[in-house]
Amino acid sequence: MSATAAALAEPPVSPLGAKKAIGLETIGMTKIFGSMVALGDVSIKVKPGSFHALLGENGAGKSTLVKCIMGFYQPTRGSVLIDGRETEISNPKVARDVGIGMVYQHFTLVPSLTATENLVIARADVPSVIDWKKEKKSLDALFDRMPFRVPLDVPVSSLAAGEKQKLEILKQLYLDQRFLILDEPTSVLTPGEADEILGLLKTMTDAGDLTILMISHKFREVTAFADEFSVLRKGEYMGGGVTANVSVAEMSRMMIGDMKLRERAARKTFEKQPVVLDLAGICAEDDEGLPAVDAVNLKIRAGEIVGIAGVSGNGQSELIETLTGQRDLTSGRFFVKDQPYEPSREKMAKFKVFGLPEEPLKNACVRRMTVAENLAFRSFDQPPISKRRGFLSPGPMRAKAKELIAAYRVKTPGPDEPIENLSGGNVQRAVLARELSTQVEVLIVANPCFGLDFASIAEIRSQIMDQRNGGAAVLLVSEDLDEILELSDRVAVMSEGRIDYVAPIGETDRATIGQAMAGHH
Amino acid sequence: MDDAGLSTVLFAMIAGAIRVSTPFLFVSLGECLTEKSGRINLGLEGTLVFGAMSAYAISYETGSPWLGVLVAGFAGMMFGALHGYICKLPKVNDIAIGIALMLFGTGLAFFFGKAYIQPAAPRLPSIPLGWWSDNPQIRQVMDVNPLFLVGAVLAVAMWWAFKNTRLGLVVRTTGDSAPAALALGVNVNLVRFLATAAGGFLAGVGGSFLSLFYPGSWTEGLSSGQGLMAVALVIFSRWNPLACFGAALLFGAAGALGPALQSIGISRGYHFFNAAPYLMTLAIMILSISPKRSLKGAPGELSITK
Repeated sequence: MSATAAALAEPPVSPLGAKKAIGLETIGMTKIFGSMVALGDVSIKVKPGSFHALLGENGAGKSTLVKCIMGFYQPTRGSVLIDGRETEISNPKVARDVGIGMVYQHFTLVPSLTATENLVIARADVPSVIDWKKEKKSLDALFDRMPFRVPLDVPVSSLAAGEKQKLEILKQLYLDQRFLILDEPTSVLTPGEADEILGLLKTMTDAGDLTILMISHKFREVTAFADEFSVLRKGEYMGGGVTANVSVAEMSRMMIGDMKLRERAARKTFEKQPVVLDLAGICAEDDEGLPAVDAVNLKIRAGEIVGIAGVSGNGQSELIETLTGQRDLTSGRFFVKDQPYEPSREKMAKFKVFGLPEEPLKNACVRRMTVAENLAFRSFDQPPISKRRGFLSPGPMRAKAKELIAAYRVKTPGPDEPIENLSGGNVQRAVLARELSTQVEVLIVANPCFGLDFASIAEIRSQIMDQRNGGAAVLLVSEDLDEILELSDRVAVMSEGRIDYVAPIGETDRATIGQAMAGHH
Repeated sequence: MDDAGLSTVLFAMIAGAIRVSTPFLFVSLGECLTEKSGRINLGLEGTLVFGAMSAYAISYETGSPWLGVLVAGFAGMMFGALHGYICKLPKVNDIAIGIALMLFGTGLAFFFGKAYIQPAAPRLPSIPLGWWSDNPQIRQVMDVNPLFLVGAVLAVAMWWAFKNTRLGLVVRTTGDSAPAALALGVNVNLVRFLATAAGGFLAGVGGSFLSLFYPGSWTEGLSSGQGLMAVALVIFSRWNPLACFGAALLFGAAGALGPALQSIGISRGYHFFNAAPYLMTLAIMILSISPKRSLKGAPGELSITK
């Protein structure tokens, strides 16, 4: 009773002490790289203590804007006002000193250092000799007041993605930053974790301790947590306002403009299709030699998309690599149409197994070879490209490439351009052209739309649906739950290398999948 | 082999471990520091040879072997700094530069060292730590060069510093994730430049030991690849300075195997036993790699692991 009374008597004390959230404004921010205008005259205002969402497609200039704020880039024109005062941020150190911190999409934690070491080294005033006992004590004291905890004494490389994300945020709070920029913070979290972390940050902004600028393209999170938003498109400010007053349709129109997206192909219904791809007790190890895929069993029928959901780093990449021949199995077997299948070039051609691996430039292309050569990877050793054994004819190769480039609308200066010069969407289209232009029986797809713009995403998703409707068995691995929910006929959830939850799309929902992703079911 | 013979061989190998290991120790500690910062300096073989030549020359000209050690260190530092500076330029590969500097260092040492092959320079003294024993073998084993002790202390100090000092954490951060270091406001190129220069200093000191203590004279075949083996040794020790110390002792003992066996009259296979350190390097490289696994403990920024 007395404790409650005391708590009531005292005014609520901010967990972070007396300092307050800071406000930030950009005025006429412009950044020009060579002849390309990455950012044109962008002015946004983030009020102190607000949760502000920055929306835009990939390539809209969001990263350029925050990099200018953080001092990684110097803007060509324009200025930053902090709490109303013009402040020149010449490098990231200056940003840190004025209280601006950023949580990056790619982690900036040092993998081989422990969480404690990572936190201490990030401080501006690290003593030359570190007294770990004292530091640990003060960290423990700080963490007692923090909304979430992470293991402090193991190397960061052994933490799960969600824990790393929490640690990144904790690091900024530990540094006492009062303006946080979050770059798509929830892409590696389960929906439950995302809601938890954003909810806790929201209570801190509501208390006036913190200001948040969050880069996102998830409308669900924006409408649930952000107070205000700004939209960028092609480097320009398209509008913004109070989140509660604007509909999602309006926001998405600001983001993509009036461009027509390709209509999704309708889902064709099939009856009693045969099993085409059968994964029987698949086990594999990761690069450290630890078990990554643990006895995965999965049967995929013709004309069916099975989506594997999960937080990244739970064995999905390793599973895909075993199927594409990039990683050895430690046990288990694949069957295609009841015949044993090993991912060799002959068997891929024989069973018509094709794939769209994640990061296609890295996993499905040779960067410095030309578009035509990359397009010929499946067919260069057969006529008409190779009429005699060992000799290639460049003519037919280029002719075939031109045909595919036209059919799949790959934007390239020509078939002889090195493929690394193409944009992400066009690399993915080129791979799509190579993999899907002949008959496909089995299609293995991993994060096909990662980092692409809306037009490319719509295009690629309908291509996948077309293949399914054409009778292919499709295995789709994606970290984007919305993509899984949109495309799949059945959903499987992978957690810690195991698949323990499989359900038809009609019999499951986001919450159930989210729980399975976190390992509870 | 009788008991006396066996003990002679063992004593000789322990003595060898202490005597022969010092250059391995210094070069591997230098390389460990450089690699922890994210660069590989293969040029340390050249630095070692140049250090040996310059130490011998200075010792001969001034009569002070310790001044020779210091000059060898600074000469090594110049080589390290050169490597560090060139690698900062865009589109430069640190391994290619390392090989170029290895050839440059040995070539330069041969060029300046021609005049010093004949004369005898004052050598480094040793500390007789075996005074407590009457056994001449033990006394011989315990005749330790101060540089060995310095190296041992340095290994412990580096191990401690990587964990407990700001500088140590900054070096590890730079070597493991350049983006993270940049985000902390660390000047990645400067850290690597300094780490490579400091690594060069240590390799130069290691070279001075070769010409001023054991074998104790300047010849062109002096190093016989010890600088390169030390690089392998760093991988073997998983970038841990303490393990570098242990590995250097092991390599020293292996190097002493051939002469030790000869001293008790086993001369068959002398050249084969002399090759023990090289065979060990090969065996370590084969055993420590796997096509399926990434090297544990390797700094993430190294051009071989990236």
